[in-house]
Amino acid sequence: MLAHHFAAAWVVARRDFCAVIFSKTFIFFLIGPLFPVFIGAMAGMIGAQVQRDLDNPQIGVAMPAHQGDALIAARDALAPRMAGGVPQFVVLERLQPGQAFDARSALKQGGNRIAAIVSGTLEAPALTGTPERVDQWRGQLALFAAEANRGESRIYPDVAGYKIATSAAKQHTDQAVTAQAGQVLLFLLTMLLAGMVLSNLVEEKANKIIEVLAASIPMDALFLGKLFAMLAVSLVGIAVWGSVYGALMIFGMKSVPLLATPAVGWPVFLTLGFFYFAMAYLLLGSLFLSIGGMATTVREVQTLSMPVTMMQLMVFFFASYALARPGTWIETVSQVFPVSSPFAMLAHAAQSPEIWPHVVALGWQALWVAVIIRVGAQLFRRTVMKSGPARGRRSWFKRPVAAAAR
Amino acid sequence: MKIERFSSFTGMSIVDDAASPVPTAVPFGELAIEARALVKRFDGFTAVDGVDISVPRGAIYGILGPNGAGKTTTLRMLLGIIDPDSGYRRVLGHERPTEVARRIGYLPEERGLYPAMKATEAIAFLAALRGVPLKDGRRRGRELLEEHGLGYAADRQIRQLSKGMAQQVQLLGTLVHNPDLVVFDEPFSGLDALNQGKLERMIRSLAERGTTVIFSTHVIAHAERLCDQIAIIAGGKVPFAGPVDAARDRLRPQVRLETRAIDGLWRAALPTDARHEGKFWYFTLPESGVEPLLRALIEGNAGILSLSIERPGLHDAFVAIAGEAAARALEETPEPAIERKGRR
Repeated sequence: MLAHHFAAAWVVARRDFCAVIFSKTFIFFLIGPLFPVFIGAMAGMIGAQVQRDLDNPQIGVAMPAHQGDALIAARDALAPRMAGGVPQFVVLERLQPGQAFDARSALKQGGNRIAAIVSGTLEAPALTGTPERVDQWRGQLALFAAEANRGESRIYPDVAGYKIATSAAKQHTDQAVTAQAGQVLLFLLTMLLAGMVLSNLVEEKANKIIEVLAASIPMDALFLGKLFAMLAVSLVGIAVWGSVYGALMIFGMKSVPLLATPAVGWPVFLTLGFFYFAMAYLLLGSLFLSIGGMATTVREVQTLSMPVTMMQLMVFFFASYALARPGTWIETVSQVFPVSSPFAMLAHAAQSPEIWPHVVALGWQALWVAVIIRVGAQLFRRTVMKSGPARGRRSWFKRPVAAAAR
Repeated sequence: MKIERFSSFTGMSIVDDAASPVPTAVPFGELAIEARALVKRFDGFTAVDGVDISVPRGAIYGILGPNGAGKTTTLRMLLGIIDPDSGYRRVLGHERPTEVARRIGYLPEERGLYPAMKATEAIAFLAALRGVPLKDGRRRGRELLEEHGLGYAADRQIRQLSKGMAQQVQLLGTLVHNPDLVVFDEPFSGLDALNQGKLERMIRSLAERGTTVIFSTHVIAHAERLCDQIAIIAGGKVPFAGPVDAARDRLRPQVRLETRAIDGLWRAALPTDARHEGKFWYFTLPESGVEPLLRALIEGNAGILSLSIERPGLHDAFVAIAGEAAARALEETPEPAIERKGRR
């Protein structure tokens, strides 16, 4: 009896083993362990880089020329021997004797990385900045001023502190945090929800209803319908989670984490967040639907889900990496590359007040959704429904010409 | 010109009408489906190899063929589910069948509905796919279920129905939008004898209303009872297409002769393929007809006890035509391919 059981189990095991080993997706299972290692390393590198880039403030120097140079030289000499972060000193202006300098307004209009300004003289330096920056750097400045002035006497001068509510640099950093928070939320939601699309066509294939659907409606319509249905499901989920979170905030918890107001303002930012979520979902979802459409079984879908998740992570890391590099080609590429575009543009909305780039970006992303659905549907027809000749360039471009000729 | 051939595969004589196996007399405008030289290959295997089909509007048209002959592939091409590698098709006057999808009903060989859907909803869903508003689809669905004695199942989920009932629900869903053309792929498979009869009546009533019905089957009796015209597909080719009678006429009538004398001079009057089994002689009626044969038998003192002449049925014609086509395909297969197959 037991032998019979084992024999039967052996038959099942042998079939399952062969089915998995010889499936096309088994390669993903084999290289699966490499993904977390690779992604972990990437995450560490990019995270550290982003943190370094965001938290790399500068102190602007507006002093008489020789004193300013001496102060910077003193900073450069001492910084390597000091523990902790020492801000960069950059010359803002070389003042003539008696020339006045408005540090407050310079700080408000200054570059994104100028977090404080040193003015006055080496004997009586003045530090203008946000309260936390003034308190943080006052001691260091006294040390550098004494070092720069040591020819005469090594006296640590009193640093006058001029505290302002905010600076361009602080605003930039705070908005970058808002941008990052927006990206993280967008990523979490898409990762949580877009993966559902992977297995969406398996039901139709298992039910055999795919034949009727294929005969009744265009495959693009089938893909689009499925995608929008899942988007709607996701939005319902988000609405429920959002309501529960809101209720907990109101009735249970004391404080809501405060984020700096995004450059476009909260109402526009939230609206854009909604649209960018929809676009991120549709872009990734259409890709996943196309990939999942090739899978014939739930097992294959499960095997595919790992690389698909990793792909989402890559997109997120790329957008995060670009966030810390405003104005560079990396930021531009992340905004233009279709699947990272929603993430990059949401970050852009937090940091830049213009609206028109978002209109362009949403149009661009919608175009790519259409392209991916079109290609995915064609691929599905060719590989799964076993349709005819490749609908490549020849038919896409020549069909209208042929029709016109007729 | 007619050419008579003897099929070693079936042991029957076949008359080839060399002029054209496809009826071309039907005016262009009256064709519901017109396909020319359709070819479809899968991974190097030619599933459909130059199929020509002309289906007149309002006709019941059968596509007959053995398993794996290419029937389903042909239907899928005609429906636009797959595109042919080459060839031409026109369905209800359109070269792209998907453009007229709303005027077509399709019941695939592998039936399938969403198991969690209720019967009425499933019909309404299939109707909505063909452009019928959901509300109308539901109403129509209920009416159809009532009409066909399935009213009690209207609110049951598909998973709660028997296979046969689910199949009937899908069939009703195929017809709910009153299509101009209905395509059934092996519609009788999986149905019991009662439901097969019901389906036959339904097909007839569709045709009476002017709907064109095309169905594939490998059960010849259904086609013989229902079809105005047929196409026989074998090995991806169409060795015959035309009226059912024309298919039958491909075979000569079979003669069964019982004589008093076992042998005699009259034997010379029998054709060379005559064979003796038990008390009877069986042979194909000679082209000269029955009168010269009778005369020769009487003059030869055969002592005729009984003589019957049977017109071949569609089944015989199908076996002969499809078998001949299969034998021809086998002859045409290149030698190395056969060797490879053999080794496997």
